[in-house]
Amino acid sequence: MTENVQQPVLADPETSSVHSIQTSDLSLTFPANDGPVHALSDINLTINKGDFVSFIGPSGCGKTTLLRVIADLEQPTAGHISVNGVTPTQARLARAYGYVFQAAALYPWRTIARNVALPLEIMGLAKKERKERVERNLALVNLTGFEKKFPWQLSGGMQQRASIARALAVEPDLLLMDEPFGALDEIVRDHLNEQLLQLWEKTNKTVVFVTHSIPEAVFLSTRIVVMSPRPGRIIDVIDSTLPKNRTLDIRETQEFLDIAHRVREGLRHGRSYEDV
Amino acid sequence: MGSGAAAGVANPRLRDRIWPVVVILLVLLVIWFVAAVGLNMPFQRDTYERGNKENVPFSQMVTDTLNQKRPVLPAPHQVITEIYETTVLKKVTSKRSLIFHSGITLSTTLLGFIMGTILGIVLAIGIVHNRALDKSLMPWIIASQTIPILAIAPMVIVVLNSVGIQGLLPKAFISTYLSFFPVAVGMVKGLRSPDTGHTDLMRTYNASPAQTLWKLRLPSAMPYLFTSMKVAIAISMVGAIVAELPTGAVAGLGARLLAGSYYGQTVQIWSALIMASLLAASLVGLVSLANHFVLKRMGMLA
Repeated sequence: MTENVQQPVLADPETSSVHSIQTSDLSLTFPANDGPVHALSDINLTINKGDFVSFIGPSGCGKTTLLRVIADLEQPTAGHISVNGVTPTQARLARAYGYVFQAAALYPWRTIARNVALPLEIMGLAKKERKERVERNLALVNLTGFEKKFPWQLSGGMQQRASIARALAVEPDLLLMDEPFGALDEIVRDHLNEQLLQLWEKTNKTVVFVTHSIPEAVFLSTRIVVMSPRPGRIIDVIDSTLPKNRTLDIRETQEFLDIAHRVREGLRHGRSYEDV
Repeated sequence: MGSGAAAGVANPRLRDRIWPVVVILLVLLVIWFVAAVGLNMPFQRDTYERGNKENVPFSQMVTDTLNQKRPVLPAPHQVITEIYETTVLKKVTSKRSLIFHSGITLSTTLLGFIMGTILGIVLAIGIVHNRALDKSLMPWIIASQTIPILAIAPMVIVVLNSVGIQGLLPKAFISTYLSFFPVAVGMVKGLRSPDTGHTDLMRTYNASPAQTLWKLRLPSAMPYLFTSMKVAIAISMVGAIVAELPTGAVAGLGARLLAGSYYGQTVQIWSALIMASLLAASLVGLVSLANHFVLKRMGMLA
């Protein structure tokens, strides 16, 4: 628990009631043997409450790093960031977000129900409350009936759904997802994308979603943040014109293809297709 | 010769697992018998010469070498007979009962093993959570194992005796001295085994170090713990036997070994040795069984 970087608290009630995340000139530089690596460079970004925002870009563009800075898992070297109107550290200590990792990161010695209960045990909730929340959130991701199974008894998609239930069980306003479906095949991924959208509608949470799939980003997001490597920076921020209610069919529409085209243009502009 | 007999065994699991062990055992027995004949032959020739016996037939010579009273190397059947006589045919309370002596060594082993395991776990927890302990403690832990136990055992016994600690405890300390090491090293590795995703998760929950230890690090370390405990319990037994030598102990397998060597009772030495290895093998087997049971309950075995 290193709380060495303490940003000033942005406790403006006006902004914090609308903005979930706000950054200004945020930079992060890793020291390396052959010179510093600019993982993030002058990131200026505002994410409103209730948004579904995707970070898209090639490997090394800093999208995961940015998510980890929001989650207080990395410390920025310059600039300011506020999460729910406070510093990322304060937000983390207040358990203001749920984090879904690329690998489901379920504990193999815990059943699905006990995995979902893990954050609740740490928060010190009473047993009755824990049980109720586990049931409700497993139902939300359609995993009712799998409470007593161990992770290895579930498919990859089901494991990732369990890890989403675990993140939701904390009942955060903010859901941070780091390529959660990256390791799954496309058919399962499509299915989970649809489910995730329904979940987002039902729960009204702010979602920040890291991906390197253009169709996934366009299908899910209300805003798409296109990023580029060396240094990690934002190339384009696209506000989606697609309706909030979406099914997979929407991917055939011209509107969808136009947005996807703009994302691709952004990636090209950021020279993301070079030296691959 | 193997294939014909093996085909007779119906159960493939039995054939794959038991048969190789049996073959090795048979080979060892043959080597043992041949070695016994070879090593005991010079003494047998002397005996014949002194008794003025000449032209003893070879078969008689072999039989005699395998049935000497104080052979250089006792034959397997002599050891088995001795073990049978000192276990089944003797009262457990008798000073000549091998079960009595095994019991003494076993209690030392178990006490030393339990203390060693606890010490190892506590040290590992300290090392994993404190950088200063990591840097300062680890070299000493490794250095402790470079000192021959035979050199340190008498000193420990004498020092403890002078402060009034006697009986089981000083011997168990020797076992502890040996057995804490694999547990400490294994547990340091085990407690550090959770991957970044699992530890990051705890950080996002704002979990305390104690919660992370209890809910993540210790469960992750369980397979490592059992692997180290298998090594620990075996060397704990070695420690117990070594500790019985300098104490002038009158009881225990170590004492049996010592007494046997004083009086040239090689059969007694070998039967104590065999008994010790059987005991050690059973203890390791028990730890393996506990390992299987615990990991199965934890859902970590598919």
